[in-house]
Amino acid sequence: MKMPRAARAALYLYGILTILFLYLPIISVGFASVSKARYLTFPIKRYDTKWYGKAIESSTVQDLLWTSLSVALLVTVISMVVGFFGALAFARYQWRFRRTFQKLILLPIFFPQAVLGLALLMWFNALGVIPSWKTAVVAHLVWISPITTLIIAIRAYSFDPALEEAARDMGASTWTVMKEVTGPLLLPGVVSAGLFAFLLSWGNFPLSLFTTGADSTLPEWLYAKMVSGYSPLVPSVGILSIATSIVLLLCGVITMWLLRPRNKFSSAHTG
Amino acid sequence: MERQDRRIGFLSAAPIGLILLVSFLAPLLVIGIFSVMPQKVFSLLNIPDFSSYKLVFTKGYSKSLLWSFGMAMTSTGILFVICWPLAFGMAKVFKSFSLVITIAVVVTLFVSENIRLFGWVLTLMKGGLIEGHLRTWTGFTFEGALYNVPVIVFGLVYAYFPFMLFPLVQGIAMVPDDARQAASDLGASRWQVFREIDLPLSAPGIVIGGLLSFVLAAGAMAESKLLGGQTVIVIADEIETAFTYGQNWPLGSALSIILILIIGSLSVFGVSRVNLDLIMGGKRS
Repeated sequence: MKMPRAARAALYLYGILTILFLYLPIISVGFASVSKARYLTFPIKRYDTKWYGKAIESSTVQDLLWTSLSVALLVTVISMVVGFFGALAFARYQWRFRRTFQKLILLPIFFPQAVLGLALLMWFNALGVIPSWKTAVVAHLVWISPITTLIIAIRAYSFDPALEEAARDMGASTWTVMKEVTGPLLLPGVVSAGLFAFLLSWGNFPLSLFTTGADSTLPEWLYAKMVSGYSPLVPSVGILSIATSIVLLLCGVITMWLLRPRNKFSSAHTG
Repeated sequence: MERQDRRIGFLSAAPIGLILLVSFLAPLLVIGIFSVMPQKVFSLLNIPDFSSYKLVFTKGYSKSLLWSFGMAMTSTGILFVICWPLAFGMAKVFKSFSLVITIAVVVTLFVSENIRLFGWVLTLMKGGLIEGHLRTWTGFTFEGALYNVPVIVFGLVYAYFPFMLFPLVQGIAMVPDDARQAASDLGASRWQVFREIDLPLSAPGIVIGGLLSFVLAAGAMAESKLLGGQTVIVIADEIETAFTYGQNWPLGSALSIILILIIGSLSVFGVSRVNLDLIMGGKRS
């Protein structure tokens, strides 16, 4: 079934238009962040970058950055470790409750996040834990560690169990197999899962909303300012947050690229 | 070998299993118990009276439920229609362009949802990107496009676009080209190929994509608050109000439980019909 040329061209055009559509609101925020006026209207008459300076100097924004960063880093580290083992249980080992486990992992992803945040708030209250940015880490983990598990599982599906068996037959202990065979094979998956974990935690709002207590993350502050008491800093802080994500994304992509040559088994899988 | 697999499987599942047990299943249990407590209590040590559920059905909360599920269904339908051609292109037609689209879409996921929705506010408001430029260039003007029901649905479609697109791509990639070729050689029209081959064979992707976007949209709150003003109150909003301003935890819990039951049964039903090993690239076993 060959597609007519015109239909192919139309599909490509559709793809390009979709991308533009997805980025249009971000472009708007970008323009708004360099507008000089305190009360924004388009078209922008005078451009100025003063709001960026004010945002960076503001101690509130610095605190927010710090809180968001702490939460995201902890979530990343924990969810990478947990996801690594979870992925093996999900995809690789044949054990009794595997099917049930697979479904349990998916449930938090399908769950409304705001409701999950509130449920956790009730739970912390019942336990007598006072919410702070540390409880937000727990909340993020509930949603993000299943995602890292799935990402690493995709990688785990694509490698041949025979590689592990061969190592074991040659007398390697479980730990050695893990360190010398399974670990290196899954490494690219673990790195991209870590990247996802950081970025999703960094941008998450509905889970943080109810679980950070007196602390506040960047997305929470932005939301509060959007809903009431608009501040002209909102667009520039938003763009700063996006810029952080992009810098990290680039670092992640470079890391993945550096890891490539060492990954000598990847062409050996039979998938 | 087999025995070792079983033991290691269980051990590897333990860390994430523990996290989900302590911070997912346990909180659900807590709101389950709270939901049967008398009105406005803050402790679990009361005699249950189920009054919150009575309140839910008498005080018109079903209206918010209907709004949420209605808008979720509409946006899921729209998403299916707009994502299908693109997903088809990504799975079967585009070559490296498919990777470009994937990256472009994934990157938007990393931008906080409320920044993107705020961007739409700036784009669509009176004096915003569209209206402002239209007015200065053509003199034509209109009253912004915000604060109504269609714009909330639009926001849902925008926010959950990737959650429909990627499962669909995955699903369509599972349709063998030979089957499509054979059908068309035997004289099937494009529409017949779509209905008889593409749709049934990509069903796992459609189920996951439809389920994800529906469920996420049904529990969403930011779209209706930021884009919709207070035109309609969605269920997640009611839940938040009950917990915060209302200071009525049992009522909020009962509303959450109803939402969770509907969403949960849909997801369990959907997920149980899909072979997860297969859709994630494992081998047919």
